[in-house]
Amino acid sequence: MVTADTSTTSETRDTEQAGEVVLRGVNISKTYGVTRALRGVNFDVRRGEVTVLFGENGAGKSTLMKILSGVEQPTAGHLELDGEVIELASTTDAVERGISIIHQELNLNPNLKVRDNIFLGRELLSVRGINYAEQSRITREVMERLEEPISPDTYVQDLRVGQQQIVEIARALSTDARILIMDEPTSALSTTEVHVLFKIIRELKRQNVAIVYISHHLEEAIEIADRAVVFRDGELVAKEDAANIDLPWVVRTMVGREADYDFRDEPREYGDVVLSIQDVSVYDSVSEKFPVNHVSLDVREGEIVCLYGLMGAGRTELMETLAGRDKVAGGRIMLDGKDMAGRSISDRIQRGMGLVPEDRQRDGLIKLQSVGKNLSLAGLSWWVRNGLLQRGAENERVKQQIADIGVKTAGPQAPITSLSGGNAQKVVIGKMLLTDPRVLLLDEPTRGVDVGAKGEIFSLIFKQARKGLAVLFVTSDVGEALTASHRIVVMSRGHLVTEFDPREATREDVMAAAEDSTPELLSAEAPGAHATNGADG
Amino acid sequence: MTTTAETDVAASPKRFNINFGALIMEGRALVALIVIIAIFALMNDNYLSSGNLATIAKDVAFNAIIALGMLLVILKGGIDLSVGSTVGLTGAVAGNLFQGVSLPLTDAVMYPSLWVIVVIAVAVGMLVGWINGLLISRLNLAPFIVTLGMLYVGRGLTQVLLGGTNITNELRGQEGLNNEGLFAIFASYPLGVPISAWVMIALAVIFSILLTRTPFGRWLYATGSNERAAELSGVPVKRVKTRVYIFTGMCAGMVGILQIANIRSSTADLGSLYELNAIAAVVIGGAALSGGRGTVRGTIIGAFVIGFLTNGLVIVGVSPFWQTVITGAVIILAVAMDQIQQIVQRRRADARAVAQARRESEKHDDADVAEEPSDTQKVH
Repeated sequence: MVTADTSTTSETRDTEQAGEVVLRGVNISKTYGVTRALRGVNFDVRRGEVTVLFGENGAGKSTLMKILSGVEQPTAGHLELDGEVIELASTTDAVERGISIIHQELNLNPNLKVRDNIFLGRELLSVRGINYAEQSRITREVMERLEEPISPDTYVQDLRVGQQQIVEIARALSTDARILIMDEPTSALSTTEVHVLFKIIRELKRQNVAIVYISHHLEEAIEIADRAVVFRDGELVAKEDAANIDLPWVVRTMVGREADYDFRDEPREYGDVVLSIQDVSVYDSVSEKFPVNHVSLDVREGEIVCLYGLMGAGRTELMETLAGRDKVAGGRIMLDGKDMAGRSISDRIQRGMGLVPEDRQRDGLIKLQSVGKNLSLAGLSWWVRNGLLQRGAENERVKQQIADIGVKTAGPQAPITSLSGGNAQKVVIGKMLLTDPRVLLLDEPTRGVDVGAKGEIFSLIFKQARKGLAVLFVTSDVGEALTASHRIVVMSRGHLVTEFDPREATREDVMAAAEDSTPELLSAEAPGAHATNGADG
Repeated sequence: MTTTAETDVAASPKRFNINFGALIMEGRALVALIVIIAIFALMNDNYLSSGNLATIAKDVAFNAIIALGMLLVILKGGIDLSVGSTVGLTGAVAGNLFQGVSLPLTDAVMYPSLWVIVVIAVAVGMLVGWINGLLISRLNLAPFIVTLGMLYVGRGLTQVLLGGTNITNELRGQEGLNNEGLFAIFASYPLGVPISAWVMIALAVIFSILLTRTPFGRWLYATGSNERAAELSGVPVKRVKTRVYIFTGMCAGMVGILQIANIRSSTADLGSLYELNAIAAVVIGGAALSGGRGTVRGTIIGAFVIGFLTNGLVIVGVSPFWQTVITGAVIILAVAMDQIQQIVQRRRADARAVAQARRESEKHDDADVAEEPSDTQKVH
């Protein structure tokens, strides 16, 4: 359809047709150090249509978004806007060409008025300084276009999250955005707010705005989609008209091929209950919500329990609370029958409960230290005699551990930054194993790890489980949940909603269970009894 | 067993690389030191005379002792601006104790013995550090702000204690009161080397052991590099943070005693600007202000660079105004070179990682290799 005819740029604007390709990515690849986030991706964005990007974590959606919005530049390939090859050097560059992005975390200054947020960084000036009257007029105009009566003079902090998002959309429209990228726009919204958002999206379509939409909530995304694009392992694996897709298709295409590991036949001989989570709730004072809401769960010796859920379901909050970083708002955490209330992180590690955190770079690695010192950090007390470290003994144990867990490295002295993602993750896990834990908590243990190393990491975990280690791991990868656990517990919006036996459950069952819950549950409730909110409308 | 042999072979060149890098980092300061000494020795014959070397040694030692404490704080990723004031404060406390303490409700005046005075003075330094540490670790206040405030508080208290005069004669002590000997001990030259230099050496050894042979040292480097990761690994981060400030306070207290013995007087401006010289020494010695990187050896060399430079500029007759300009320029130069070197190292590491990834993907399977350059032809 669109050719490389470059002479038509200004004219096409006047005669734009819905359904025409406005933005095209040609053969886009992106490499970060050792990982390849995108491989030769070709795709189109069309006027007046919603293009939904589907894919699991790490499939390449967010990298593509960063490239479209000018945050990153592709390693290979290029973008075409209205058939013209463009390079987006920065986000400002992208905005000037009419491409705006609305991030999951809203980018507003709560202490400023709606009007001032919309014009932040590009204030309209007159001889007497900022022309507030004109700014207010334009803000009102845009709000009318969105059919949302938000006053330009309201402070953003006084708006609900849904309204704040509308302010972001208004800001994008006020820059004449023709392409609007929305990253997880519904994750913080209530059902009513989602309906308002969808109404606005339909309105924008009528105005010929092209929308790129990304969401983990598959059903919502399918509802609003005109076209679906599915990513897997950095590749675009499917393009389809919305009319031809349904939830099972999306799930099937997202997950794709089977992992090359399968631990379903592992023995299931469990011992006593090691970790007992009893009616635990966690309160987040920033959002004034309960990300973990009355959760109860037992994990036994030798048992590997998978906690499956979408991002934002409260999984990480639960894990960090177990590890001792966050306080419980209600309920008890029992380790070998002892209440962990008031115990510090180091205390819990000594008693046998340690966390391998979700964000390896931020929470797992000591980047200025060697592989060996990273490995021994949590278990240093083993090698202390008379207050001094027995470095010979430490080094022996560390070398042994490197061999045991199969870290590919030049040796204990090598800098930790020289390792690939999978090997660095093995070091973080190996560090906790050196503390001789009773229960190991793993938050997304295979994030940013290539497929081969995933299998190795799970073999390592199963090997420990056979020796009696209790394991609780979080994942948003259904394949992993089904093939590498003894039991799947599904968490959704702060609650444990159901449980599966991985030998009997299907992908669709598990994914559907994680989707199914009402947004309102998150906002209120907790200490009291379970609310019995019905399904959403 | 074959794997062990393999990793050992692979490890040896790597180990060499790391030490080589560290050597350049500290070596840079060492080269600067040698150049400075050579230049001034050529310009002035007195520069390397034993008398002048003793003077330099004393100045270097005072700065180095403070800098060792500062090193711990900087390894944690903090800063302590209050050490200079703490030197003055501990000097003033000691001076007052030499004058005698009037006990309330009686006419009696108590004269603590020399060693009691020394212990109290150092304890006051540690107390100041402990307060800094608590405010920083428990209330999460910014180290810069807390210690800046403490800089004022300490200096103010010094002036209050001294009441506008210097304490000089009382420092000699009085016969029969058991408080004599401050000068005889704390301004002595055992084996011809000033006592402060011996203290510096002793502290350097102790701090080396502390940093490399104890869990505390590991915790400190880990906390300075990545506090969140350290915390999740069971490092008592808050305790580590508090403790480093106690160490700087202790060092400042020692310098307080050594300095009043050295200048034979407790004055209100004793120790002012010491914090800046100490930070400069640590930074010239290759430590990162962001934490997690730095060594005792580097810090000592850094203190020597500053000492030899300052003294040399005086001895060759550079005007005091220009002395300050040159010292400042040297500090900036040192940090700039450090930064440039790190950028170069990072680029090399990145290049190595990319090359390795390419090798691995080539090994992996043929399907994946088609990825980067040949993709273009494949698709279109």
